[in-house]
Amino acid sequence: MADVLRFRDDAAADEPAVSLDAFLDQTNAVSVRIEAGDDVRRLAPVLDRLRLVEIDFPKFRDGRGFSSASILREMGYTGEIKATGDVLVDLIFFMRRCGFDSFAPNVPLDPADAEAALNRYPYVYQHAADAEVPIWQLRHPELANG
Amino acid sequence: MYKYDQYDDAMVRARVEDFRDQTRRRLEGKMTDDQFKPLRLKNGLYLQLHAYMLRIAIPYGTLNSTQLRKLAHIARTYDRGYGHFTTRQNIQFHWIKLEDAPNILGELADVEMHCIQTSGESIRNISADHYAGAAADEIMDPRPWAETLRQMTTFMPEFSYLPRKFKICVIAAEEDRAAMRWHDFGLRIVKNEAGEIGFEVYPGGGMGRTPFIAYKSSDFVPQHQIFSYLQAVLRVWNRHARRDNIHKQRMKILVHELGEEEFTRQVEEEFRHILTLGTDFPQAEYDRIAAYFTPPPFETGLPEEIDRSDPDFAVWIDQQIAPHKAPGYAIVNVSLKPIGGIGGDITAEQMEVVADLAERYSFDELRVAHTQNLVLPHVRKADLYAVWQQLRDAGLADANLDLVTDIIACPGLDYCSLANARSLPVAARIAERFADPAAQHDLGELKIKISGCINACGHHHAGHIGILGVDRKGTENYQLLLGGSGAEDVSQAKITGPGFDEAGVVDAVERAVNHYRTIREPGERFIDTYRRVGMEGFKEAIYG
Repeated sequence: MADVLRFRDDAAADEPAVSLDAFLDQTNAVSVRIEAGDDVRRLAPVLDRLRLVEIDFPKFRDGRGFSSASILREMGYTGEIKATGDVLVDLIFFMRRCGFDSFAPNVPLDPADAEAALNRYPYVYQHAADAEVPIWQLRHPELANG
Repeated sequence: MYKYDQYDDAMVRARVEDFRDQTRRRLEGKMTDDQFKPLRLKNGLYLQLHAYMLRIAIPYGTLNSTQLRKLAHIARTYDRGYGHFTTRQNIQFHWIKLEDAPNILGELADVEMHCIQTSGESIRNISADHYAGAAADEIMDPRPWAETLRQMTTFMPEFSYLPRKFKICVIAAEEDRAAMRWHDFGLRIVKNEAGEIGFEVYPGGGMGRTPFIAYKSSDFVPQHQIFSYLQAVLRVWNRHARRDNIHKQRMKILVHELGEEEFTRQVEEEFRHILTLGTDFPQAEYDRIAAYFTPPPFETGLPEEIDRSDPDFAVWIDQQIAPHKAPGYAIVNVSLKPIGGIGGDITAEQMEVVADLAERYSFDELRVAHTQNLVLPHVRKADLYAVWQQLRDAGLADANLDLVTDIIACPGLDYCSLANARSLPVAARIAERFADPAAQHDLGELKIKISGCINACGHHHAGHIGILGVDRKGTENYQLLLGGSGAEDVSQAKITGPGFDEAGVVDAVERAVNHYRTIREPGERFIDTYRRVGMEGFKEAIYG
C-alpha cells in the first residue's frame, strides 16, 4: 500500500498546507488546504505562487471537492491537486477527470485496485479537466481541426 | 429510436464488468454492505424488505419489442414472472438475487439497456412526454434532446457525488403529460419569434417530504447552450447545498433558501463562465442522434373512420385513444390498472403480448407512461379493433385512462423498506369501490395518487386526490389530500384534516367524490370543482 498515489513528475511541495484564510494572509506560502465548504475562486489572484492544493473529503458522500478541483483547473492552475480524507478507489477515475493528480486518503489505496479503477472505462461522454476526448468528438473526426 | 454505436456499447459493458467486480468483492466478504451500498445504488440495486430490487432505466420511456421481450425473459428467469413499471417510466424487479445481478446487467446490455444512475445521489434516468414523436400537439420530438442529455450526463465527473438525486424531464408541448414541473430540472422545448428552438427552464421542483413546484428560471436558453446551462445549475447546487442533513439536500431546498431570484442570478453567472469552456456538443452530434428519431414511414390515405359496432370496443376507444400527428393513426394507451390488480404490474406473458403488438402494429415502438401504463404510439385506426381484441384476451383492455381507477401507487410497505404503510391494497380497495364502468365514466378525469411514505414516490402531492400513508403510533394511518396536479395546471395538494385507517380512507375518498358529483357544474372535472369551491365544503362532506 502506498500512502500517496501521485501522477506527476515534478518534485512534491514539501511545505505543509495551510488553511485558505492563512494562505491568503501570507505572501510566501505555496501549499493550501481546501475544506469542503471553501470557495476556491478566492485563490484566483494568487495562483502563480501556488504549488499544492489539498482538497479534503470529510466523507466520500460529500462531492463538493469535485467542483473545487474542476474550477481550479478552469482558472488555469497547473500545480498539484491532492485528494485527502475519505477517498474511495471507486471514485478516483472521476477525480482524475476533475484534475486531481495525487491521492493521499485516510485509508491508503491499493495500487493494483487503483490501476484497475482508472482503466475501467474505455471512453468518456463529456469534456472535463483532463485531456480526454469525448465520444461525440470521436464520432465526428471531421470537426477536430475546425 | 436510438441505436447504440460501438462507444455506447463499450461504456455499458464496462459498467457491467465494474459492477461484476464490486459484487464479487461484496460476496467474498471484502466489502461490508455499508461500503457496497453507495456502489450498488449507483446501479439501481436496492436492498428491500424481502430481497434485492433492481431498477432498470427506460430512457425517456421508450422501448422496442426486443427490449420488452428481454424484460419478460428477466422476469421469468430471475424474478417471479412479473415486473413493475414505475412513476419514473422505469421498470423494477422486486425479487432479485445479488449473485444474479451482474448477469442481468449483461443480458440488458445485449439489448442496449442498463441500470446506470437509476438510484443513488446521481442524475437519474431522464423522463419525457410518453406521447413524444406521436402527439398531435408537440412542436417537435423531445427525445433527441433527452438522448443527447442522457449521454452527456452519464458518468459526469464533477457530479460524481451530488448532494441528492437529480431528475430531469423534457417535454415539447403545452400540455404537460410528464409532470415536468415536479422535477429538479424541467425543460419545455419552445420556438422563439425568429423560429429558433430553445428551452424554457424550470429548476427546483420535487416531491418528497418538502414538495416544491419548479419555477421558471429562463424563458429561452438557446438549444446548443442547454448542456452548459445544466452544468451551471448542477454546479451551483453541488457547491452550495447543505451536506449535513440528507432531508435538506435536494436542490429544491437550496432554491427555496436562496430564493428564486438569487438562485437564478448565481446560475446565470456560472452559465456565462461555463459557456466560455466550450463543453457543449456540436450541431453535427445533435443531428446524428436526431436522425434515429426520424418519424416512421407513416402510410398516407388511410381511413379515419373506426367501426364502433362492438359496444365494448367503443367504450375502450373513447377512453384509451389519443390524437396522433399523422392522419389515419392513433395513440393507444394500454391500461395496467385492472380492477383489484396491482397498478403498474405486468406479467412476462403480458409483456410478450404487448411486444408482439408493438412489432406488428406500432412500428416496433412502445412507451412507458409515468402513470404506470404502456403506450403503443403509432397504430393505424384500421388496426385498433384487432389490437383491442388481443389486449382484451391478455387482460389488458381496461378502459380507465385518467379515470378514478387509473390510480398511481408506489410499492409501499408490501415491498419497500422505507414505507410506513401499504399503498397497493388501498389502491385496490378504491378501484373496487368505483369499479362500475358507467359510474367511472360519469365521474370523468380524476387522478388519485397514493404514497406509502413521505418520500412521495406515488406522487400524492400531485393527485387531484392524494393519499399519504404514515405510521401513527405503530399502526398504518392515511392522510387525505385534495387539489394537486402534475399537468400543465400544476398545483400542490393540501391535507384535508385528521387521517384515517385503511377502510376509513376509502370511505373518505367516496364521500369527497360524492360531494363533487352533487355540486359540480356542467363540464367540470373534480379538480375544477375543488378549485372553484375550495377545501371547506369538501372537508365538511368528508368529516361530517
